[in-house]
Amino acid sequence: MAASTISGKRSLSRDQILDFLARSWAYIFLLGMVIFFGLTGRGFLTLANFSTLLVTSTMVALMAIGQTYVVITSGIDLSIGWTVGLSSVICARAMRDLVAGGMDIGLAMVIGVVLALVISLIPGFINGVLIARIKVPAFIATLGMFGIVRGAAFLLTDGQQIVGGLPNNLQDALRSFGSGSLLWWVPDQGIVFLTRPTGLPPEITRGIAGLLPFPLIVTILVIVVFGFILGRMQFGRHTYAIGGNQEAALRSGINVKNHLIWIYVLAALTAGIAGVLHTFRFTAGVPNAAEAALLQSVAAVVIGGTNLFGGEGTIRGAVIGALIINVLSNGLVILNVNPIWQFVVVGVVIIVAVLVNQAQAALERLKVNA
Amino acid sequence: MPDKTPLLKVTGVSKFFGGLTALNNVDFEVTPGEVVALLGDNGAGKSTLIKCVSGVYKPEQGGIHFDGRDILHSSPAEIREFGIQTIYQDLALAENLDVGANVFLGREKKRMMLGFLPVTDDEYMRVEAAKVLDRLDIHIPSLKQKLVNLSGGQRQAVAIARALYWNARLVIMDEPTAALGVPEQRKVLATIRTLKDQGVPVILISHTMQDVMDVADRMVVMRRGRVVANLPRKEATVDVLVKHMVGGADISE
Repeated sequence: MAASTISGKRSLSRDQILDFLARSWAYIFLLGMVIFFGLTGRGFLTLANFSTLLVTSTMVALMAIGQTYVVITSGIDLSIGWTVGLSSVICARAMRDLVAGGMDIGLAMVIGVVLALVISLIPGFINGVLIARIKVPAFIATLGMFGIVRGAAFLLTDGQQIVGGLPNNLQDALRSFGSGSLLWWVPDQGIVFLTRPTGLPPEITRGIAGLLPFPLIVTILVIVVFGFILGRMQFGRHTYAIGGNQEAALRSGINVKNHLIWIYVLAALTAGIAGVLHTFRFTAGVPNAAEAALLQSVAAVVIGGTNLFGGEGTIRGAVIGALIINVLSNGLVILNVNPIWQFVVVGVVIIVAVLVNQAQAALERLKVNA
Repeated sequence: MPDKTPLLKVTGVSKFFGGLTALNNVDFEVTPGEVVALLGDNGAGKSTLIKCVSGVYKPEQGGIHFDGRDILHSSPAEIREFGIQTIYQDLALAENLDVGANVFLGREKKRMMLGFLPVTDDEYMRVEAAKVLDRLDIHIPSLKQKLVNLSGGQRQAVAIARALYWNARLVIMDEPTAALGVPEQRKVLATIRTLKDQGVPVILISHTMQDVMDVADRMVVMRRGRVVANLPRKEATVDVLVKHMVGGADISE
């Protein structure tokens, strides 16, 4: 250990700067983008916009969290985009039909949420069994599940693009959570607890911002719990071990098959949560709610430094990746750039991310062997 | 001289794969504190014999006793519990994890955080790993390094340390020096001697004659599923061994 400290001190200058850049480029990139859009885009650097941006990011962030677990085990889950939709549709439809049947709104909402979450786990469980026990490649198994879940979601909407027609009182109840916030910032008034003030002049209303929107609180909880499990607990350690060397994990007595099933169930769970939040935010069930978010979630995972071959990755990285993608979209919209460019820009960022991560791995090896 | 009662005793073991006789009435013994080299050409039956001992294969005939206990029908996991640790050529390490995590893989030491959250006790595992490595006289600069950043010899050492930490009473090594450079090969051989000095017997499967001549107390040569020679170190020369391996020597010996 002494030797490495000495050599580290000697060549502090270039190596350490390179190392720092490679390790924290995603944070620096995110900060740089915020500064850039803040200087160039009117209305980017406002509390209201940041609040919207963070709430919008929750979808990709939640999916990226589950996807990180999967990718660390060197798998991939292509089906979670439609699991989000399925969850959203079941949540909306169950609530609507239960309320129509005369049930109390509060109880109907609880049942709707639980039902949506539980049913979301089914595709995850089947994915896990196919991949872990029947040895179907993850790509194929989840691609098949992609089609099945998509079909199931649309069957439940009776072929419509949306489950709408929710009664107004139910919609209000959904909105009070989905668009609600624990604290509000109101210009000239300061911080207001829970209730968003109404009847104010439009220039003030425009400045109102949710400081702790409920969907964001839920997402932060998921980030903390999933990050803790992955980083600190035995389950996380085994997840990395399986991704690093499945044979080694097997020989050291880890129940690899059951573990993999859990991984895909967890991915489906984060997708289910994203779907429920979507229904609360938009007061409707939307089967294709996360059609675009699926690839963004994979992109977020990669940008966050997770190795697609498995064994490496963090929840923190996935969240930063999700933020980068959403800051990009938000900023480009504010700059009035044709939204088509988003695809190009995100694509470039993904490729750069992979290159930087490869360079970092090489750098680390060089440093150790020096 | 160490105790002459064999720790491992394989008697009359035969193993068939379909019509193929992989092991033919094999007798094999290991006494405490001795290094036994297992030699033979590809397909001679070395790996099959080792897999029978470690419980991966079940022989059709014969008996296997470890420390007086019949282990013929024990599972690989049980046999590992009894203290027979096999280190395969591919080492079976998770290279994306650090030394402590690998030594404790699948048996992580946990501690309670805030009294109720079971987290992995990485510090404890690192310290324990360092102790075993010390015992083997191996020094790895930073135990926080992922294995991917360590040399081949260091990884081999981690695999040995893992076997040893979990109560190894007999270590089986499959081609431990095959993928290593010369200085690292020496280091591994030194580790084998350290094990022997601590009374842990080693079965060494190797193609490298030099290794075998360096560390082994006894050479067992196999050919076509049979044991064709069992020579103490003094009687063995590279010439004699090679003759046995390729069938040039008198088999009736």
